[in-house]
Amino acid sequence: MKIHEYQAKEILARYGIPIQPGKVAYTPEEAEAIARELGGPVVIKAQVYVGGRGKAGGIQFGDTPEQARAAAAKVLGMDIKGLQVEKVLVVSKIDIKEEYYLGIILDRKSQTPIVMVSKEGGIDIEEVAETAPEKIIKYPIDMHWGLRPFEAYDIVARAGLPHQVVKQAGPILTALAKAFIESDASLAEINPLALTADGKVQAADAKILLDDNGLFRHKEYASWAESEESNPIEFEAKKAGLTYVKLDGDVGIIGNGAGLVMTTLDMVARVGGKPANFLDIGGGAKAEVMYKALTFVARDPQVKGILVNIFGGITRGEEVAQGVIMAQEHLPKGMPIVVRLSGTGAEEGRAMLKDAGLDWGKDMRDAAQKIVAALNAKG
Amino acid sequence: MSILLDRTTRVVVQGITGREGLYHTRNMIAAGTNIVAGVTPGKGGQTVENIPVFDTLSQAKAATDANASCIFVPPAGAADAIMDAAHAGIKLIVCITEGIPVVDMTRAMLVVHEKGARLIGPNCPGMCTPGQGKIGIIPYSIFTPGPVGFISRSGTLTYEVVALLTEAGIGQSTCIGIGGDPIIGSTFVDYLKLFEADAGTRAVVMCGEIGGSDEEDAAEYIKTMSKPVVAFVSGRTAPPGKRMGHAGAIISGNTGTAQGKVAALQAANVPVADTIFDIPTLVKKVL
Repeated sequence: MKIHEYQAKEILARYGIPIQPGKVAYTPEEAEAIARELGGPVVIKAQVYVGGRGKAGGIQFGDTPEQARAAAAKVLGMDIKGLQVEKVLVVSKIDIKEEYYLGIILDRKSQTPIVMVSKEGGIDIEEVAETAPEKIIKYPIDMHWGLRPFEAYDIVARAGLPHQVVKQAGPILTALAKAFIESDASLAEINPLALTADGKVQAADAKILLDDNGLFRHKEYASWAESEESNPIEFEAKKAGLTYVKLDGDVGIIGNGAGLVMTTLDMVARVGGKPANFLDIGGGAKAEVMYKALTFVARDPQVKGILVNIFGGITRGEEVAQGVIMAQEHLPKGMPIVVRLSGTGAEEGRAMLKDAGLDWGKDMRDAAQKIVAALNAKG
Repeated sequence: MSILLDRTTRVVVQGITGREGLYHTRNMIAAGTNIVAGVTPGKGGQTVENIPVFDTLSQAKAATDANASCIFVPPAGAADAIMDAAHAGIKLIVCITEGIPVVDMTRAMLVVHEKGARLIGPNCPGMCTPGQGKIGIIPYSIFTPGPVGFISRSGTLTYEVVALLTEAGIGQSTCIGIGGDPIIGSTFVDYLKLFEADAGTRAVVMCGEIGGSDEEDAAEYIKTMSKPVVAFVSGRTAPPGKRMGHAGAIISGNTGTAQGKVAALQAANVPVADTIFDIPTLVKKVL
């Protein structure tokens, strides 16, 4: 799950990592009030789930509360890479002397979180990794212990951070690792870690990705999920227990099992169609789930036809067929549906579809060809 | 011949009295699997399908000398179940559970490695050796014994491709769903090594997908193998940054793309099927 900068900083602050004072504003007036409360110049930062907001104009400055209001008015409602800015973080402006990078990411290969620290902060770390990998110190966390203070000091020192910074950055890195592990994160970054003119070290920006599988034990993050998805259909599907990903095409796709659905998308593309979505109904789905899945997919106005591909094991063909028949009358009139059923209950299911006048494919390729042909015929 | 599982394997089911555990235990018995015990804390002393249930895994191991386990424990306790099995000295652990927090898996893997156990999964359908038995939830009826090893990151795609192989008259030595999570106990390379050493396997079919670099690592290892491997990679149409159902199926930056994996495999002279329907033809060519 993606979370906003202000939410990531809330986690960091809980672990004692210094951050600038500030608050979230939803209106220019709120931004002005926060700026007045903070006193002095402020930074207005768009809170959106994409990178590159600075370049897009999503970060503005205000020396007075009035300027803060004007800056917030500019940023709120702004479109950044297709996402509308609904809130801004208003923080006290700091005088940054140097910028560093601290990050922790789950490494699939070594099966443990890896710490990355660089003297080069404030820029895209993937760029540093490509152009000057020697400037990044990497260190795997031993999950028996977590990251111990002596290890953290050693990492920041080896990364070449100045002596006076090491003393503060060591404990910050230890705290970041603790926050990563205890919050069930899959990524935690402080970029930049800022050294200010008065010699203080603090997290000027932060990014955290939470592991969806760990959310069940973090009730404190539940409210953050409500606004998580930029796509309302994706968000509602998640609430309904369906795995849905929106794509750009016009062929709605439903199947059971992630790999099978992915393969179905590839097959539709292969025979000249454009998949509109990925939807996995999971194992053992009943008719109601199939019904819900179809009506979900059809809510995307781009969808012109739907392909259902089920390899039955614990999922039964009759249940699938019944769900499709139930959904049919709630779908836009004349929308083509092609169902491919095999495995458990496939024959019974196919007979039911035939009685209801629905089309089916004998295998995945046949079904993909049929739905693409049906869409082409409609023009 | 086969890898990891045959008639002599003695299986304990962790979470045997749950709905899923019970249903699939019956199917495993029907497939001929030698299920020797079940574990559910608080239900010790009961029997399920004439199989003794124990409160703890160490009790089950002591009483029955089980050497493999199948885990149907819900996500919150599944990593602990893996560690429990490894700690008790079980050498083959198959974890079906989907949704285990990744931090839990980093800890579980430490114990698995320390105890010298092999973990299959998690988030997988398990494995089967046609004619011998199965551990997990794979529908056994689509398999037929033969010389082709099969490994895949996806469950239903496994069933789909195996059905095509069986239909084409190509039997299987052992089939394994290796799991769809970012952290899995054993990767393609681990299984390829076992198939390379197995006298009953003459070729291997490997079905990969987007995310991570296990297929690229496999390509490197295949260069050193004497047996042919046929590959398929799904997710060619998947957009970057989106998790495609499996927790591990995500393109991050430039890593984990289907195109990158296909290129790496082709560079290792591995025939890569364009669609799953081409797999049987490619296998027949290399057999």
